[in-house]
Amino acid sequence: MATLNVLILVCLGYVVLLFGVAFAADRMAAAGRGAWLRSPLIYTLSLSIYCTAWTFYGAVGNAARSGLEFVTIYLGPTLVMISWWWGLRKLVRVGRSQRVTSIADLISSRYGKSNTLAICVTILAVLGGTPYIALQLQSITLSFSIFAEADPSGLYREGSSVFWVAAGLAVFAILFGTRNLDANERHHGVVTAIALESVVKLFALLAVGAFVVWGVAGGVGPMMDRIDASEIGQWNVDAGRWTTFIFLSAAAFVCLPRMFQVMVVENADEGHLRTAAWAFPLYLLLMSLFVVPIAVVGLDLLPEGSNPDLFVLTVPLSQGNDWLAMLSFIGGFSSATSMVIVTAMALSTMVSNHVVMPIWLSTQEGGGAVSGDVRNVVLVARRVSIAVIMALGFFYYRLSGGGAALASIGLVAFAGFSQLLPALVGGLFWRGATRTGALMGLTVGFLLWIYTLLLPGMGGALMPEVVLHNGPFGWGWLRPQALFGIDGMDPMVHSVMWSLCLNTVAFCVASLLSFPSPLERLQGAQFVNVFDHSVAPRRWTGSVAQSEDLMIMTQRILGAVPAQEFFQAEAEKQGGRASLPEPTPAFLERLERELSGSVGAATAHAMIGQIVGGSSVSVEDLLAVADESAQLLEYSSQLEAKSAELTRTARQLREANTKLTQISEQKDSFLSQVSHELRTPMTSIRAFSEIMRDTDGLSAEEQTRYAAIIHDEALRLTRLLDDLLDLSVLESGQVSLNVGGDTLRSVLDRAVSSALAGAGHTLTVQRSKVSERIPLQTDLDRLGQVFINLISNAQKYCDAEDPILTISAHDVGGQVVIDFADNGSGIPPEARSMVFEKFARVGVDKAGGAGLGLAICREIMQRLGGEITYLPGQGGAAFRVRLPMAYRQAAQ
Amino acid sequence: MSSDEDRPSSVSRPSLFLERQSYRRRRLSDAARLLPFMGAALFAIPMLWPDSRSAQEGVTLSSAIFYIFTCWAVLIVASLVFGFAAGRMTAQDDSDPETDQWQR
Repeated sequence: MATLNVLILVCLGYVVLLFGVAFAADRMAAAGRGAWLRSPLIYTLSLSIYCTAWTFYGAVGNAARSGLEFVTIYLGPTLVMISWWWGLRKLVRVGRSQRVTSIADLISSRYGKSNTLAICVTILAVLGGTPYIALQLQSITLSFSIFAEADPSGLYREGSSVFWVAAGLAVFAILFGTRNLDANERHHGVVTAIALESVVKLFALLAVGAFVVWGVAGGVGPMMDRIDASEIGQWNVDAGRWTTFIFLSAAAFVCLPRMFQVMVVENADEGHLRTAAWAFPLYLLLMSLFVVPIAVVGLDLLPEGSNPDLFVLTVPLSQGNDWLAMLSFIGGFSSATSMVIVTAMALSTMVSNHVVMPIWLSTQEGGGAVSGDVRNVVLVARRVSIAVIMALGFFYYRLSGGGAALASIGLVAFAGFSQLLPALVGGLFWRGATRTGALMGLTVGFLLWIYTLLLPGMGGALMPEVVLHNGPFGWGWLRPQALFGIDGMDPMVHSVMWSLCLNTVAFCVASLLSFPSPLERLQGAQFVNVFDHSVAPRRWTGSVAQSEDLMIMTQRILGAVPAQEFFQAEAEKQGGRASLPEPTPAFLERLERELSGSVGAATAHAMIGQIVGGSSVSVEDLLAVADESAQLLEYSSQLEAKSAELTRTARQLREANTKLTQISEQKDSFLSQVSHELRTPMTSIRAFSEIMRDTDGLSAEEQTRYAAIIHDEALRLTRLLDDLLDLSVLESGQVSLNVGGDTLRSVLDRAVSSALAGAGHTLTVQRSKVSERIPLQTDLDRLGQVFINLISNAQKYCDAEDPILTISAHDVGGQVVIDFADNGSGIPPEARSMVFEKFARVGVDKAGGAGLGLAICREIMQRLGGEITYLPGQGGAAFRVRLPMAYRQAAQ
Repeated sequence: MSSDEDRPSSVSRPSLFLERQSYRRRRLSDAARLLPFMGAALFAIPMLWPDSRSAQEGVTLSSAIFYIFTCWAVLIVASLVFGFAAGRMTAQDDSDPETDQWQR
């Protein structure tokens, strides 16, 4: 007799085995070995979490009540699988290229990354998933209780056993579902464990079925006779329910969060679908093959009123085949645990990604830019979510009392999840589907589902009888199970029809009327035309080539030596056999971090994604990359501007320095010149005055001559000092102008005659006296001083044999321009910038002045509001004097 | 139909008509794609059966089981055969091993 203790021991042993398998699979996957972990077989078997305890036990119960109706639940998924080329292939490709983590993520990213939509889907999933988890807990507890009844010790407590089962499942899901954060959200350990569990449950059901057909009924032929003779021996399935349930199960197969998790998120290779397309229907067929025989034999053998949901257990027990019953128990246990674990994982991913993380990020100062370890927060959020979801399931079970209300919850949950179908299918195949449409459709379908199915199903507490029979406020057309007065339909069919129809209508109408955002339209195009945008992913096993590509890319970014060192260290970390490391997720993660230090996180992610394959670059990636490049560009343009400014400043400094050096040199040479100039007259003055003082008997003639020399020299000194004084007065701006009116011609006449007075007329002055009839209103003496200076400079420095000075006057653009050009050799270019500086003299040997003349001219012209410049390219030395016209006009 | 299977088999010299062999393979994959519709039709037939509550002579459960499971098995086998055939076809058609390894 299999006692409860043995049962518990077997259970614990089985759980330990599952832990071991999951752990080993995780280790193998982390080490990059174990290609079979990603084989199509494992994929197909993992899909069988579709068969929960509800189907394991409940299918037989369903068959005992309504014949072949149970098979609809398997026919829907079969049709979906064999039409994989139309639908699932696209779903998987989209999931992979968009790096989707859950069905909420898929729908939200299709509709412009709308978090509102993601939260809606998450709420729907949690609402529908919680009773479903409670149902699994119930099935485990019920099956325990069957054994407990047979156990004499009577130690069994239902409440505590449910608690421990729930806690144990939560621990398993936390341990293997949230061990690490993979960008692809793949969990090899869990997937392998549930693959093992699906083998166990299939084997258990087949064993019980074979026992019933050949052990009890005595072969296939007698079995068939027995079936026909039983109370369910006639085909009596309602056509509406038949179609509805096939459709519903097909929809739920795609929309259930746990199915999405194993089918899309955990999918390692699109090609696996090709195998699963026939292997999974085969699995379903085998699962349902013996359901009717078991039900018929159960109805025959067991006393009236025994629970048909537990025939799978009670039939072998009643025949005294305890070990078969034990196997069957393990099968049911497997179905329940695998479903609960994957559901908890899928729901926790949704809750943490779409509810907890947005809240956490918004409470952090600085939003997403915080440097704290977000990964840890995500992991903690997932663990807590799993615990909370399991607790919700547990409390739901305790509150609902585990009664018959739970038994129908499986289909009710199916109907709830299938509300996602319009948004999902519309999003994949219709570019015009918008976020508003999806939101409207979901809301309408969800509310109708609650109103017509969930609340009436939960009994009187939440939906009073009056409302159920007469409608709210006595409005008959709003009766939950007969909307718009259409009565007499099966409640399930009624609810599914109305909720999905109105959901679809709301979705389409709102989509047609609303206008999508740019991101939405972009995502829409990427989803609908996913086969144009993404390439089929490459295999993981061709990995050495990938490592090489990664190496080449890394060298380009980090430089050859650091990249080689990094790869060497990684290869050693992995065991050091090969020169290049295997591209394991851990290695890729570190590489990405390394690269992101140089090129930014988004760029690094996109680059590695391109090489390792699997995902096309999403809009988000591109935006982030563009962001980073824009920042870099801005930074570099700032640098460029700064460097240009520096260059400019440096040039100016260099020029200033050259000028300063020149001025300093000029000053030095002037000082020696000035002392020389001062000394020469002083020497003669001293010498002659000494002669006159010390020599007696000088003739009057001699005295006069000496005194004249002293006088001349004193005059020369005075002139020099006058010039210096004049300049300093002009420079300090203390000069007062004595403005008077005359023509340019008379000013020039006076200047020429006074400049050439006393000297031999060697300089010929050429003038055009007609053009000089320009009236002037300025300080005529000062202007004359400038002219005299220029003319006497020409007289002094013009080295032509026959020196000619040409003076020409023009009226250019409102200014009087007077050019003085001689026919000498001119001023050498390097000296031109210095001629107007004080103390500047061209050629020290041609002594004559103190080098102050042109400096004084410049100062004067500035005072007069004009300027004097050197005019290059005139053959000889040429100066241009400009006077503003304002003076002339003032004179008119 | 998606664009990749309408591509001519010879990339270097595109021709309007396919060779007989590839033509057959392509129609085979069309059949594979039509399979779900056939399945839906087959599973819709039980709705035409007389209901035991209205008719005297209903369909016995054993024959119903036989019909449904036979249809089911036929669908599975067809899916298996077509899947393999279509897979081989695509693998041969797209001879570029870089991009289409997964289809084998």
